[in-house]
Amino acid sequence: MAKNALILNDANFDEQIVASDVPILVDFWAEWCGPCKIIAPILEDIAEQKNGKLTIAKLNVDDAMNTARRFEVMSIPTLILFKEGQPVARIVGAKPKGQLLADLEVHL
Amino acid sequence: MSEKVKVAIIGSGPAGLTAAIYAARADLNPVVIEGEPSSTTDQPGGQLMLTTEIENFPGFVEGIMGPELMSNFRSQAERFGARFDTTKVSRVDFSERPFKLWTNNQTGSEPRYLADSIIISTGARSLLMNIDRETELIGHGVSTCATCDGFFFRDHHIAVVGGGDSALEEAGFLTKFANTVTIIHRRNELRASKIMQDRAFANPKISFIWDSTVTDLHGASSLTGITVTNRITGEKTELPVTGLFVAIGHSPNTDIFKGQIDMDEVGYIITNEGTATNVPGVFACGDVQDHTYRQAITAAGSGCMAAIDIEKWLKHTED
Repeated sequence: MAKNALILNDANFDEQIVASDVPILVDFWAEWCGPCKIIAPILEDIAEQKNGKLTIAKLNVDDAMNTARRFEVMSIPTLILFKEGQPVARIVGAKPKGQLLADLEVHL
Repeated sequence: MSEKVKVAIIGSGPAGLTAAIYAARADLNPVVIEGEPSSTTDQPGGQLMLTTEIENFPGFVEGIMGPELMSNFRSQAERFGARFDTTKVSRVDFSERPFKLWTNNQTGSEPRYLADSIIISTGARSLLMNIDRETELIGHGVSTCATCDGFFFRDHHIAVVGGGDSALEEAGFLTKFANTVTIIHRRNELRASKIMQDRAFANPKISFIWDSTVTDLHGASSLTGITVTNRITGEKTELPVTGLFVAIGHSPNTDIFKGQIDMDEVGYIITNEGTATNVPGVFACGDVQDHTYRQAITAAGSGCMAAIDIEKWLKHTED
């Protein structure tokens, strides 16, 4: 499992999202999703780079279908950025690191 | 600063990676400009990255998953010293040698690479239908990747557009999740292979609408239905599907080569005498120059040919 990543599921999702002092980027992913695997190491890099300023969280849609449904995730990878408990940005599909960073930067 | 290379391979599907294995083993020290992460077929590894099980690649008796096969190709090329640059070529200049390549990840205006020879293996990408709101609904019911998105359509009613092997493979895969899968095809017969057709016809969850195209997409924030129009009678039918998977064919990834190299009227690169293009020193292999076979194994075969052709050509020009 990825280092530096917070693991979310249906049970702990709300509590963790609200408790966070820094923005949380939730990676909705699954084992069977190729593009998810491709962006996983990119997210680890970003987590390291933004150490302390951004939490990266992983939510396996197989294990946490209710939360995925609640946020109307219909395609993975989907990344949703939460600030103060609220979703503020959504990125659908794998993208190069530079573009992910640029998309996130405007919200951080 | 520009880097000088003997062989630059643009694209990293079965064709490009096979070319890389052969070129690396021939000590040509190739650099593979492999593409950028994406959820479309336009990504390192190419079209097979979005497929599930490959049953017809020789050597894998029980089949192999597409991404795993491509990861194996890549590791094999790396083992022989091929280098990888995870970016896309943004511009080329083939007007004089060495050929110039610019990439998305470079800084400055100098070309990133000066290459003595080039292998183009950029493949092809899935076509969209080009109807209203299609792009806006991607990820909200409209999909070009059954393996990425099928899971979210558990117990839904969905449709697949297309009549080739990819359309039937997607439809079959989607029946694992969906209640019903309706295949909408513009003709009254499929172009898919016999085995795929037999499987689709035998699958109780799959039904067909013939001679028809999708003409409208409904739903505000996500797809709630589609309008299907019969091409012969003009009759319109509303279909309350919440998922629509598009597999209607491919278009070659040749935009960056326009005006630099000979292509046919739909953009496929024209090759002669093996994999040679009209520009000496530029070779092309895989789906970017093949709209007939379009198989992983034929792409790999032509990648091997390109590496052998390039080795001969380099030897000949050095002599």
